[in-house]
Amino acid sequence: MRLTGKGLLDQSRSVPFSFDGVAMSGVEGDTLASALLANGVRVVARSFKYHRPRGILAAGSEEPNALVTIGRGAETDPNVRATVQELYAGLDAASQNRFPSLKFDLLAVNDLAAPFLAAGFYYKTFMWPRSFWEKLYEPFIRRAAGLGALSEQHNPDRYEKAFAFCDVLVIGAGPSGLMAALTAAQAGLDVILADEDSRMGGRLLSETHEIDGKPGHVWVDEMLDTLRGMDNVRLMTRTTVTGAYDQGTYGALERVSHHRARTEGLPRECFWRIVAKRSILCAGALERPVAFPNNDRPGIMTANAVRSYLNRYGVATGQAVSIFANNDDAHRTAHDLAAAGVNIAAVIDSRADAQVSGDFPVYTGAQVIGSSGRMGLESITVRHAGGTRKIRTDCLAMSGGWNPTVHMTCHMNGRPTWREDILSFVPTPGSVPGMSVAGAANGSFSTAACLAEGAAVAAAVASDLGKKAAPAATPKAEDGAYRLAPLWMVEGKGRKWLDFQNDVHVKDIDLAARENFRSVEHMKRYTTQGMAPDQGKNSNVAALAILADATGRGIPETGTTTFRPPYVPVSIASMGAGSQGKGFAPQRLTTSHHAAVKRGAPMIEAGLWYRPSYFPRDGEKTWRESCDREVGYVRNAVGIVDASTLGKIDIQGPDAAAFLDFVYSNTFSTLKVGRARYGLMLREDGYVMDDGTTARLGENHYVMTTTTAAAGEVMRHLDWVLQGLRPDFDVQIVSVTEQWAQFAVAGPKSRELLNGLLDTPIDGESFPFMACGEVSIGGIGGRLFRISFSGEHAYEIAIPARYGESLYTLLVARAEELGGGPYGMEALNVLRIEKGFITHSEIHGRTTAFDIGMERMVSAKKDCVGKTMSERPGLKDPQREQLVGLRPVGAVKQLTAGAHLFAEKAEPVRVNDEGYITSVGYSPTLETYLGLGFLKNGRARHGERIKMVDHLRGVTAICEVCDPVAFDPEGGRVRG
Amino acid sequence: MVDLIAKSACAGLLPITIGSLTLTEETPDPVTSIAPFKGQSEAVSERLESALGLKFPAPNRSASKSGARIVWAGQGRALLMGAAAPDLAGLAALTDQSDANAIVTLKGEGAEDALARLVPVDLRAAHFKRGHTARTFLGHMSASITRTGVDSFEITVFRAMAGTLVHELTEAMESLHARRSHLGQ
Repeated sequence: MRLTGKGLLDQSRSVPFSFDGVAMSGVEGDTLASALLANGVRVVARSFKYHRPRGILAAGSEEPNALVTIGRGAETDPNVRATVQELYAGLDAASQNRFPSLKFDLLAVNDLAAPFLAAGFYYKTFMWPRSFWEKLYEPFIRRAAGLGALSEQHNPDRYEKAFAFCDVLVIGAGPSGLMAALTAAQAGLDVILADEDSRMGGRLLSETHEIDGKPGHVWVDEMLDTLRGMDNVRLMTRTTVTGAYDQGTYGALERVSHHRARTEGLPRECFWRIVAKRSILCAGALERPVAFPNNDRPGIMTANAVRSYLNRYGVATGQAVSIFANNDDAHRTAHDLAAAGVNIAAVIDSRADAQVSGDFPVYTGAQVIGSSGRMGLESITVRHAGGTRKIRTDCLAMSGGWNPTVHMTCHMNGRPTWREDILSFVPTPGSVPGMSVAGAANGSFSTAACLAEGAAVAAAVASDLGKKAAPAATPKAEDGAYRLAPLWMVEGKGRKWLDFQNDVHVKDIDLAARENFRSVEHMKRYTTQGMAPDQGKNSNVAALAILADATGRGIPETGTTTFRPPYVPVSIASMGAGSQGKGFAPQRLTTSHHAAVKRGAPMIEAGLWYRPSYFPRDGEKTWRESCDREVGYVRNAVGIVDASTLGKIDIQGPDAAAFLDFVYSNTFSTLKVGRARYGLMLREDGYVMDDGTTARLGENHYVMTTTTAAAGEVMRHLDWVLQGLRPDFDVQIVSVTEQWAQFAVAGPKSRELLNGLLDTPIDGESFPFMACGEVSIGGIGGRLFRISFSGEHAYEIAIPARYGESLYTLLVARAEELGGGPYGMEALNVLRIEKGFITHSEIHGRTTAFDIGMERMVSAKKDCVGKTMSERPGLKDPQREQLVGLRPVGAVKQLTAGAHLFAEKAEPVRVNDEGYITSVGYSPTLETYLGLGFLKNGRARHGERIKMVDHLRGVTAICEVCDPVAFDPEGGRVRG
Repeated sequence: MVDLIAKSACAGLLPITIGSLTLTEETPDPVTSIAPFKGQSEAVSERLESALGLKFPAPNRSASKSGARIVWAGQGRALLMGAAAPDLAGLAALTDQSDANAIVTLKGEGAEDALARLVPVDLRAAHFKRGHTARTFLGHMSASITRTGVDSFEITVFRAMAGTLVHELTEAMESLHARRSHLGQ
């Protein structure tokens, strides 16, 4: 119920919204929770396991019950805490975990079966029979015990990631945080003040305390004005610091636009990584509920939440409110409510010596031992010195004391310290390097103490950072002592709930202890206490106090479970911002990309690059038809393919030749200027790393090519060799992959084509096989290499990338005039398989030079990277799988890559495996499928019949083992 | 004789203006990688200074003079932009990089904030001053970032990544603009 004129909101500005399809209205500045309470909504959710009706418990991000789903369809956000969700016009919220409705939930039958669903139930029950788990138990449990559901649609929203840097990060903008930020800023430090609320001020917005004679919120606004006026202060509202990480890095989640209807271009959330020299944690404290029987009815809330709703939002959470506490702090709830004209049903204080005065019934030395009202609190039963008494009340404000928000200090494995005087854990100094703690988070609870400590801690931080600093002048504020007595649990009939979010109650903890899960970490896992979105914010300390009792230990020895980041739930969408769809990886497009796409070529990914698969022509029904035609271009006329994706590395220096001799298994120092040579590169473990051609452009100048796949790896390897293995070499390397657009011109008519373009024609004498040199096209300088990956007379021509598209278009047009045209990756693959040329399908990281039949390329005359390791006995065993060619010779004419090889009569099972196929293609030239693969002792078995079995695709074919080179084994064509 | 047509890395993609920010392509020509050989750093620096008035830059620094710029580009390497390199035969490895990169300038109020969405290094003016340069990431791409003015940065990535570069920066600019216009940030 909204109280006219109460609170900090402008009640004239109404905001329409809906909950479970019912139209309601709140006011500007409301959270969904405050608006629901103002509309008299009590049940907002069904509990996780037992489907008990639950209401709003808290007023902050610690809320365990009021998880709702916002929006519909692809724009669904599940598990949003109603206490954090700000109200906006048109907000469409729905309750969760109920079927069919909140009022009538079929699965509430679980609540009746509660005795069977105690801690460990699933572990004990669903272990057998094993096969039932996946099909029966798990789907059932998932349906019964759940939170909100994802839309299962593509997320259309925009999310952001961002980085920020500062000297001091102040976490929390309550009294301590504001004073800390001001002090640090006045010392000249760059300050970020982050607060998870939409409005800064912390508890000062929810209490009636005055500061310097002004209402708390007025003082807050003045402080914020001052801070906003300083260049070195950045205020980040709606930003929850979620984790403390190494070297002063903090994760933080900014809820950028959850507080408004979707707006084009505006991100929903931003995940910040804030790097700070120092941080000051001013995260305040969280109030503990009390575990009395049936303490989970809608209407039972924490006392501070009742004050927040009253003092900030102007909402009375009940018509007859009762208060149950073990401390003086909670008495303020009664005074504030009374002052607002709300009827107080009773104040119950567990301490016999409590001093409470007011115009309401007071029970000291008393306890609430039960409650009633299934869909909302109707009454409580109080046991006091004079007996027991039932009191009619629709809202109970409870307080079992306060827990400092120590979470962040434990993110790097710190453990908090128990303080008996306040019955709470406080941060252990130095737990997170560079982090100091001030105010309630440090166990200093009065407003005056918070203000003074915030300023003092910031001054100390500033002087550590070499700044002259004085604490900002501390204003006058209440300085009440915090008095309390232990009250963890109240005996009585009924379940005493601890973790509302996971439906864990006191008996579960007792059971865990009885079954010997005595370690607090084991107890957590056995009972699920403290798991899931709220991470036990409300329940951890109470749960371990009860475990301590059950195991006969003290609280400090029992210890806490580990607090891990994130402090609040963080959406995967925000952490992966920018990486949806094509944002997953950068796209590298060749200069011929658009020309290829224009011709209808399907593009396939090769690392980050995109390459044309084939170029379909009108009338062609399958890719094979296109591929066969393109193979024909190269074998009979001339074909063009963009080879720019291959790595190109410029190598210069007095030791360039020696360097290449060291990184390649074969020799390059003997290569003549103006010539290129095929090279094989080994890893340090002796296996093949990569291959390619390297050309000598000058005495001390080479250009190396790598495969597309290994370009980055080879560059890193060369850097490692130069910096780590041979720093004595005077060599400089730089990638020129992107500088040059490079096209293969392959086929018997390749020279004819080139001579139509080159400013100075070439012939067989000036440009024999493996020659290279500078050329000019239309006055533009390029490079020409006579190399071939198809076995045909072929060249690669390189031109500065700006001319790439132009040259490619020209080459293709000329090729077409000569009866050829562009070819894609499929044809390129067939051409090289016909010739037995390897790619990374063959040099896949587990093969040696010996395996691929190139052991003679490991020069005996010199050392090279990997040479010694390649000579290990096992690596030259004839029984190793060796590269062979394969052709189908039985009824089945198809070969498949990935299939395994078996003796013709052998059963195709693992123990009989003799090898596998790495590459296959249909050769239109030889009119057969051809394969490359690895077979035990394969080189000695040419001519044998072998059985190929593809267990996945269900293909079996009899093959003949052949030489890998199927076409033109003499190599006459390449020299033609 | 054939006529080859030149096309810049960001042709058809830029310029773009969103809110206070403008993204434009830079096409310095020529661009040369200069990597001094062992013990030749000083000699290289002297040659550069006498020819162009530019010294070989220290790590994370750049310099400019009369249209020519030299930008540190990694260990023992710098890019000379907008002027031909003097004769450094035997002193340094010179490699033409005129076509190797997509180079853009992001300029306007909030340029720092836009880059903070993509770049994990501290670009605040007090720490990353005019002429400072860093080899770092922009999104998932390796990039070189140089502050060229109070509110302008030059960003260099692989040429083939021009499309992704423009896309990433556009997204950041749009987000920032939306925050400003709708949230007053």
